[in-house]
Amino acid sequence: MRSDNRPPLFLTISAIGGLLFLHLPILLIFLYAFTTDERTYQFPPPGLTTQWFAVAWHRADIWPALYLSLRVAALSTIMALILGTLCAAAMARTRFFGRDQISLLIILPIALPGIITGMSLRSAFSIMDIPFSTWTILMGHATFCIVIVFNNAVARFRRLSGSIVEASLDLGANSFQTFRYVLLPNLGSALLAGGMLAFALSFDEVIVTTFTAGQQSTLPIWMLNELVRPRQRPVTNVVAIVVFLTTFVPILIAYYLTRGGSETAGGGK
Amino acid sequence: MTLAADLTPREAKPNGAVLPSRGLGDRVSAVFWRHPNVLLVTLLALPLLWLVVVYLGSLAALLLQSFYSIDEFSGMIRREFTLSTYAELLRPANMDIIIRTVSMSAAVTLGAVIIAFPIAYFAARYARGHWKALFYLGVMLPLWSSYLVKVYAWKLILAREGIITWVTDGIGASAVLNGILALPVIGGSSLSTSYIGTWLVFLYVWLPYMILPMQASLERVPQSMLEASADLGASRWQTLRTVIFPLALPGIIAGSIFTFSLTMGDYIIPQIVGSSRRFIGQAVYQLQGTAGNIPLAAAFAVVPIVIMLIYLTIARRKGAFDAL
Repeated sequence: MRSDNRPPLFLTISAIGGLLFLHLPILLIFLYAFTTDERTYQFPPPGLTTQWFAVAWHRADIWPALYLSLRVAALSTIMALILGTLCAAAMARTRFFGRDQISLLIILPIALPGIITGMSLRSAFSIMDIPFSTWTILMGHATFCIVIVFNNAVARFRRLSGSIVEASLDLGANSFQTFRYVLLPNLGSALLAGGMLAFALSFDEVIVTTFTAGQQSTLPIWMLNELVRPRQRPVTNVVAIVVFLTTFVPILIAYYLTRGGSETAGGGK
Repeated sequence: MTLAADLTPREAKPNGAVLPSRGLGDRVSAVFWRHPNVLLVTLLALPLLWLVVVYLGSLAALLLQSFYSIDEFSGMIRREFTLSTYAELLRPANMDIIIRTVSMSAAVTLGAVIIAFPIAYFAARYARGHWKALFYLGVMLPLWSSYLVKVYAWKLILAREGIITWVTDGIGASAVLNGILALPVIGGSSLSTSYIGTWLVFLYVWLPYMILPMQASLERVPQSMLEASADLGASRWQTLRTVIFPLALPGIIAGSIFTFSLTMGDYIIPQIVGSSRRFIGQAVYQLQGTAGNIPLAAAFAVVPIVIMLIYLTIARRKGAFDAL
């Protein structure tokens, strides 16, 4: 490499500035969780306290919301894992009529704005008189989580050498044995990563959920209500930290699981 | 598995294969081996059923609803085909909402291109080893971390008593901030109730979606072309304008699809940070909820779909899909 390979100063500054722009705002959430000021967003905080964590712990309305969010996220992750892996297995190396249309169909729920997915489901529930329940939330979440698992699994399928499947078949294994003993161990970390990302996405989703939840409250919906009509502002910060960490940790794990592949983690949310 | 299907050499006769038969699993496998399409259909049946019934079915329901109308007296949905709901969209108040939303989407996209370019270019061309990983994570983590938490963080930042006011007061620039807020249309009583605030939050939340495809397309610009450009006497700026930018354009368009479409469909950000003037998303949300006018809400939701379809058609011609 030549001397040309040193970046111009202006570029370095604006690149690092851009990254800081992406990261600094989140830190404020942490700071405000400790403020003693519960009515405004005064900066700098007039004083620091840890009482809000205890207050949040004893708020009765947070626990059911957290439980519902965890349940929906877990169930939609499982559904996405099954449906996404099936799609990936079928699509990874085959060419068939309608393949492009199918991949468009898989991506569509995440490519179109969430409000369209949400409003569509809402219209369907209205037409068919389906009452809101955990299942209506789940229908939305599972649909847009499929693509996350699919992306991870399909990338791994493509990287797998076809010869190991061939070898397995030559050695007398049937399709199911090949899947169980050859493909699954190789797919494992990609599926885990996809599942983690799907979980994070579902746990945090609010736009589609507001259309499919009716009167139910997931943790993000609880947060949204607090943002519009705040009661104890720092408690919202405490919940925000919980939501942030619950999504952040799986994302980090997913990154380390899929590191090294050219198509890592969520190549397009 | 599927792989069996395409590993079959074309000239071989699969029917001639000697396959073991030790039970049901083997017999099913033999069917898959002899008829790869059966395997394909078996694999795709369940996910396709789900996507077609739940997702496409809902989209069809959305379209259907948009052709219904609401009975003005009873407030009930009249389930008869009519175009009157779409005609309502053309009312000045509703057109304002659509124009406001599209302008905001365009402004956010433009801002995202400008801020994303240095990050993407640096990551694609200069970052190596640990720096590369740092840049990747540095874009990926904000992309995936909680949407609401990010929006909330900006509510704290932009609040009248928040950190921006504190900083501008501290460096004696409050006159500048007040000057900006005094601007017509985009100003307001504080940043958190102005269009500038809404724009900033949109920009922040969707920026990673611009960086990633942009970086992917910049990484594919061959080093030799830049060298050729320099050899032919082009300045850095000329190389950027005439070589790098055109080659990165598909990535930029791919990114703009995300920023444009996501901004157009969002209703939370303008509700939390911004003036009381509504965007398409807010209109949809309020109409289906408190107003109970599901047909008009559905018609409003069709607008972003139509705009995105036009956008995608143009993007496709420019070759943006290769960069996704």
